[in-house]
Amino acid sequence: MSLKEGSAAAKRHAHAPIFAALGDETRLSLLAKLGRGQRYSISQLTEGSQLTRQAITKHLRVLERVKVVRCVRCGRERLFEIDHQPVEEARDYLDRISEQWNQALSGLKSFVEAERPD
Amino acid sequence: MESNRIEKRIELNAAVSRVWKALTDYREFGEWFRVKLDGPFKAGAISRGQITHPGYEHVKWEVVVQKMDPEHYFSFTWHPYAVDPKIDYSRETPTLVEFKLEKTTNGTLLVVTESGFEKIPIDRQLEALRMNDGGWAQQMKNIEAYVAQGG
Repeated sequence: MSLKEGSAAAKRHAHAPIFAALGDETRLSLLAKLGRGQRYSISQLTEGSQLTRQAITKHLRVLERVKVVRCVRCGRERLFEIDHQPVEEARDYLDRISEQWNQALSGLKSFVEAERPD
Repeated sequence: MESNRIEKRIELNAAVSRVWKALTDYREFGEWFRVKLDGPFKAGAISRGQITHPGYEHVKWEVVVQKMDPEHYFSFTWHPYAVDPKIDYSRETPTLVEFKLEKTTNGTLLVVTESGFEKIPIDRQLEALRMNDGGWAQQMKNIEAYVAQGG
């Protein structure tokens, strides 16, 4: 397996929590809403949800922590918006692991095919 | 359908028994994977070693062997891409790597999967996001397309 640039480790470290952060339906529905491309206040995000404002805030924090969502201040109000970059990076991370497997398996192929019993 | 995983299928022009040995004999595994392992693989046991890939000799190999079903199935859990000695990867949830062997007319079909990059199947998440036309949904589709093609 080829292990590429060392900085990948740091990136990899940042990606696992993204996958984990996405593993929740409330957060996904929040992202789906934010994905429309606008900025939303906590009140707007709480609207039409069974959850309390407090619970929504908690979920937003999780998304903020992995930087999928950022908070921007607009006067006295806090508005939330989506950031697509981390998801793209998470995909790149999977890409790198996938490429490592390609290399490892091509090594395996040469290895087992080199010495035929016949 | 489970789509949040990496899946590789490779046709090997070698008998199943040959492939099985290359996968599970620790010395042979070390040859093609480029790792020097301390000892044989054993189900339920930790396997330790040192990567031998040039430039990455400082990287330790540590996986937990899960199952070994002779000539059919071999699996282990590990922390992928754990290349930075300063980071303690043991606190992260490991991924599961599985090797499935199948006899074919020409030799062996080997299916390798790596799963567990997140806890719930991503397709359920994608389903939720697909309902929106926003950019986020597009990003997730990119991931889906990526995992669907198996990398």
